[in-house]
Amino acid sequence: MTVHSSRRGFLKGAAAATAVFMVGVRPNGVLAAASAESKMFNPFVKIGSDGSVTAIVKHFEKGQGPATGLPTLIAEELGLRMDQIDYEFAPSNPQVYSNLLFGQFQGTGGSTAMANSFMQYRKAGAAAREMLISAAADEWGVDAAGLRIEEGMVVGAGKSAPIGEFAAGAAGLEPPAEPKLKDPGEFRLIGDPDVRRLDTEIKSNGTAKFAMDLHLPNQMIAVIKRPPRKDGMAVGMDDSGAKAIKGFINAAILPNKAGVAVYAENTWAALQAREALDVEWDMSQAESRSSDEIKAEIIAALSAEPEFNVLKNDHGAINAALDGAATVVEETFYFPLLAHAPMEPLNCTIEATADGGILLHDGCQFPTGPHMALAQIFQLPMEKIRINTMLAGGSFGWRATPDADYQVEAALAFVMTDRSRPVKLVWSREDDIKGGRYRPAFGHKVRVGLDGDGNIVGWDHRIAGQSIMKGTPFEALTVHDGVDHSSVEGVSDTPYRIPGQFVGLTDTQKATSLLWWRSVGHTHTAYVMEVMMDLAAKAAGRDPVEFRLAHLNGEKDQDRMAGVLKLAAEKGNWGRVPEGRAQGVAVHKSFGSYVAEVLEISGNAEDGVRIENVTCAVDCGIAVNPDIVKAQMEGGIGYGIGHVMRDQITLTGGEVDQFNFPDYEPLRISDIQAIDVHIVASQEMPTGVGEPGTPPAAPALANAISAASNNLRVSSLPMAENGVSFA
Amino acid sequence: MQYSLQLNGKTHSIEAEPGTPLLWVIRDELKLTGTKFGCGVASCGACTVHLDGEPVRSCQTLIEDVGGSEVTTIEGLESPEAKAVQQAWVELDVVQCGYCQSGQVMSAAGLLKENPKPSAEEIDDYMWGNACRCATYQRIRAGVQRASEIMEA
Repeated sequence: MTVHSSRRGFLKGAAAATAVFMVGVRPNGVLAAASAESKMFNPFVKIGSDGSVTAIVKHFEKGQGPATGLPTLIAEELGLRMDQIDYEFAPSNPQVYSNLLFGQFQGTGGSTAMANSFMQYRKAGAAAREMLISAAADEWGVDAAGLRIEEGMVVGAGKSAPIGEFAAGAAGLEPPAEPKLKDPGEFRLIGDPDVRRLDTEIKSNGTAKFAMDLHLPNQMIAVIKRPPRKDGMAVGMDDSGAKAIKGFINAAILPNKAGVAVYAENTWAALQAREALDVEWDMSQAESRSSDEIKAEIIAALSAEPEFNVLKNDHGAINAALDGAATVVEETFYFPLLAHAPMEPLNCTIEATADGGILLHDGCQFPTGPHMALAQIFQLPMEKIRINTMLAGGSFGWRATPDADYQVEAALAFVMTDRSRPVKLVWSREDDIKGGRYRPAFGHKVRVGLDGDGNIVGWDHRIAGQSIMKGTPFEALTVHDGVDHSSVEGVSDTPYRIPGQFVGLTDTQKATSLLWWRSVGHTHTAYVMEVMMDLAAKAAGRDPVEFRLAHLNGEKDQDRMAGVLKLAAEKGNWGRVPEGRAQGVAVHKSFGSYVAEVLEISGNAEDGVRIENVTCAVDCGIAVNPDIVKAQMEGGIGYGIGHVMRDQITLTGGEVDQFNFPDYEPLRISDIQAIDVHIVASQEMPTGVGEPGTPPAAPALANAISAASNNLRVSSLPMAENGVSFA
Repeated sequence: MQYSLQLNGKTHSIEAEPGTPLLWVIRDELKLTGTKFGCGVASCGACTVHLDGEPVRSCQTLIEDVGGSEVTTIEGLESPEAKAVQQAWVELDVVQCGYCQSGQVMSAAGLLKENPKPSAEEIDDYMWGNACRCATYQRIRAGVQRASEIMEA
């Protein structure tokens, strides 16, 4: 993998080496003007005279697989084997590398990497194929129609030569307006379960370079001493203790007073100097609430008239339906704050470039955000700010902040220096856990009414919590008529056929910094929907799978959800529970994909629960890299389960109580004995896989525990709050 | 202080303050970045290296305590167990983000040296301290078992 230092140098290099061409780049090396048309022919494919092909990957790699998936699309259409293609991460340029589902914004999130790239990257590969064939036809004096590319060779008309021989000729051609794409029946790589990740070897032998691994010559390390509570401000400091630390360089209050930057020659000296620093804080504006107060506000809001009638229907009529129901089941749920805690703590490096610009090295999830923020901070035009996207050691949402917080922090730390030395900002795990942006706390209160046949006749669903999107640049996109869709997604748009569904939402006060967390609103809405479906099924005396299927009939959306449920039930031996075991099931649609999980446990809440196996079925449309889809389901299940077992962030007087992994315990290898994933064959367009595995995992576990533990209701998280212990 | 450090088959002269964790000597002084900083409190295993062939957490191993022991990092890992583990990791595409995987490979190699045919439970016991936030655990377990087969073949 090549890391190029700047977009300009990259393009210049491409033009200087005559036998290199990039689709979408004119022969003089100038990008095609940004227009609707150019989006299709962006520079996604680079071909060297030696035949080496590089996919320019516009989505960052945090483990979810685009550094394999996007090259797969190009290799498929171009006619390559997977060992004939490599990847580089795209520079920051929203005109060229935008996420097609985000508007003119370059970024990765919402499980959209494959969904928005599927046609774009295939077309880029197909355009390159047609241009190479056209150049070969010219050179050989034959009809292009008789030529094809197989495994990196142009073949036909009795001839055969490597594609690299035609790269220079192809570079002079106009890209075709509508390159011909393969029929899905012709796919060799898309859907092949044997395609391997392109980044496994470097991640297994220590050579993979994450942003944390960058060592620029003469760099300084900066760590930030942060206020003990959110929104405290540094008003004074004494660094005499820090001066005793060898390698300490300097300390200075950040221009926004959000903390004190501590500069040192190396990371250990920086961490030690920070410990030795005395800071005077102005805490008058700082957060002072405890998590108990946050919870009390949320629970109280659930019993008051909701602020928003999300579906704009007649609440009175639905209440009447519930009043007339044969049976009503009711439950209140609470979800605590959660930290993301990716393995690689946040970090990035900023340096000044020889041309007066700024270069950011970052495992960058949302390049456009920090790009604009840095342009503002450094008072530079956009083209003077460049971003080198490096591998990211996880994110789960953390690296995508609406205000580019950690990159801004690094920029402020850099602005205060003479800019002669690169500044590498490093967060410790304590910074991460204590200073995180958290999955907001949410509460739900639900009443479900059943008729005499055990069918749903009314569903009164109240949600209260802290909006993620309000007050961010994403508000216009995601908040409509006051309703933050991310607070109600998975409830208000459930595929279940629910007659008489009322959804009420109340926004509560924001108490801490909040952020989307793997699967966003579905982290709590799926849990509530699927635990309620189980409670309703039990109240109706019906099998939980049969009950769900009875409320999933009629439309395609429902059929696909029913499809994964049936598959998971079949593969997970639903209803055939071995002695000493119990099962739970959940199914949920998120990010366009349908996932069902059957989870089997031994033990019970009192004696200790052991998760024996999880059987998962997923319908994500065309599974481009089936093994990566499986891996994302496995990981998503683990992420969902790990947190409900034992994790929460709590506040006492505004201060975060947890500090590091010992009290924010990650899922461990022994927590889940087996996971088995099945993919539904589909010709639908690809949808998300990074997040959809997470939402059904926790409710499937809750339902299994309930089945094993005298119908114990596991409705307040983490599960220990309900007296659940784990073996 | 000057320290003489035996690392990956070479002797390095290290200038460091007493109390400096081996992790930061490896990463910041020797610039061997395969060994990762994850938590700093020996709770995640991302910093795992071998000390005389035994896995240890380098974030809690102080430079003055290393003495004459041989330190092996992922960059210097060449044992048959390690090769088998890395081959299995590639075969099964164990990794996702990959940040913890150097530590996972170091621990897995340590386990197989001690116990060439571990049961699933023995794998879980031994690998418990290596956290993976991507939750690649199913494949880590399968990878260790596959590495065991490779070694046997």
